Amino acid sequence: MNRRGWLQAGVVALGLVPLAWLAADAFGDRLGANPIEEITHRTGDWTIRFLLATLAVTPLRRLTGWNWLIKFRRTIGLIAFSYATVHFLIYIGLDQGFAFAYIGEDIAKRPYITVGFTAFVFLIPLAITSTQGWVRRLGGKRWNALHRLVYVSAAGGVLHYLWLVKGDQVTPVYYAAVLVLLLALRIRRSPSAARPVEQRVDLLADASRGAQIGGEPLHRPDARVQP
Amino acid sequence: MLIKRPPDIPTSEITDERLFWRRRDFLGAMAGALALHLVPRLPQQGEKLTSFEDITTYNNFYEFGTDKKDPSRHAHTLRPRPWSVRVEGEIKKPKVYDVDEVIRRYPAQERVYRLRCVEAWSMVIPWLGFPLASLLRDVEPTSNAKFVAFTTLHDPEQMPGQKRGVLPWPYVEGLRLDEAMHPLTLLVHGLYGKPLPNQNGAPLRLVVPWKYGFKSIKSIVRIRLVREQPPTTWSMSAPNEYGFYSNVNPDVDHPRWSQKRERRIGELRRRLTLPFNGYADQVASLYTGMDLRRTF
Repeated sequence: MNRRGWLQAGVVALGLVPLAWLAADAFGDRLGANPIEEITHRTGDWTIRFLLATLAVTPLRRLTGWNWLIKFRRTIGLIAFSYATVHFLIYIGLDQGFAFAYIGEDIAKRPYITVGFTAFVFLIPLAITSTQGWVRRLGGKRWNALHRLVYVSAAGGVLHYLWLVKGDQVTPVYYAAVLVLLLALRIRRSPSAARPVEQRVDLLADASRGAQIGGEPLHRPDARVQP
Repeated sequence: MLIKRPPDIPTSEITDERLFWRRRDFLGAMAGALALHLVPRLPQQGEKLTSFEDITTYNNFYEFGTDKKDPSRHAHTLRPRPWSVRVEGEIKKPKVYDVDEVIRRYPAQERVYRLRCVEAWSMVIPWLGFPLASLLRDVEPTSNAKFVAFTTLHDPEQMPGQKRGVLPWPYVEGLRLDEAMHPLTLLVHGLYGKPLPNQNGAPLRLVVPWKYGFKSIKSIVRIRLVREQPPTTWSMSAPNEYGFYSNVNPDVDHPRWSQKRERRIGELRRRLTLPFNGYADQVASLYTGMDLRRTF
């Protein structure tokens, strides 16, 4: 494996640490009186954290100039999707016991579940199209447009948390603040400002050009309109 | 089942815990024979006692933090002795009781009740206490007394969660007088034959088994009989989500989640929630003619 491969493997390994920790706590009987709730909460927490981490890549890259960070964005996104999937399956199976009548009612009637479910569903096409093959098939522009769904999912995930808590909203408000900050950092200076074309390397460039992409930013005037 | 005890001896000194457990086996076998009309038929088939550990480490007691584990970690700052309880309002004999005086005065009974939290989990708990009605009768409510208002201690030094405005402090709750006088309604000072742990509301708390858990106010310092329906903390905090009555009702969903089923702590599969938490035979008549969907 080359250096990049090792780094990717390292990111995946780090991403699995919370899951391993959870498994260890489960086997060690350290999940408390309501283990299903504990597993649900922890996997939900880590879904939001990893989603926010994917959204942090671009601002962080711009601030630091570390363009290589972009190479890990899809990996982090897939880790977030994995936690979301575990979270969702725990809810369906362990929490609700596959009682689909109740689950359907939950999704239809409970806004926090509706929004959480929607956020999860929107992540599915992103996970499916995360391969190089799909980037090529869709073409960069369309692929990019599709993957803006991640903003909907991240916002949906935070709202899901905000709407479910009873009384104490400190943690979800903290996540919401991070989300707003990460989105605010994406707002461009107005196009009439000095630099009409800002330096950016996006995932498209990374994905379609693979290893060719180095530190040199790609100028893409068509990408000026940001969500 | 109902076990009367000599009033002058702290209950913790009576039976050692291992014996206590064997006694429960014995009494469990006789539960059917002993079942009294007003005391719930418990433990019913498939309803095991929740473990002491779960009862004392999974608590909603925001005065010590909002995580379920917070109360067991932080409630050591509460000083349950000396403790006085002021009984006042529309009564002929207002009095400030020392809590031990109350505990000595009213014979302790063990009552095994279901506890159903509004968050759709539940437990089965062997409480130790006495009917609130006994105390209320002794202070002689006047004809103006229509409701009973309860107040929790307000002391951010002892209850550090009160330093944050998660809820308006102090915590207050209330019952209609007939609910308060109902024989199922208890003032509790112990569980599993031991003095009540701080995280469970030491030294004295209310237990109203047919209502959601938040009605069963903890660490009570004041009981006041009043003419008008008193304000209650959660209904002030979120009036569309929590009503004054808050009877356990599978047909009235919380606006944000279903109340049809519940997870019994220690069990994997959810069970169906029963109207009035399974105490409908004893309490449904209190609400005859009321629309419990509206007055939730």
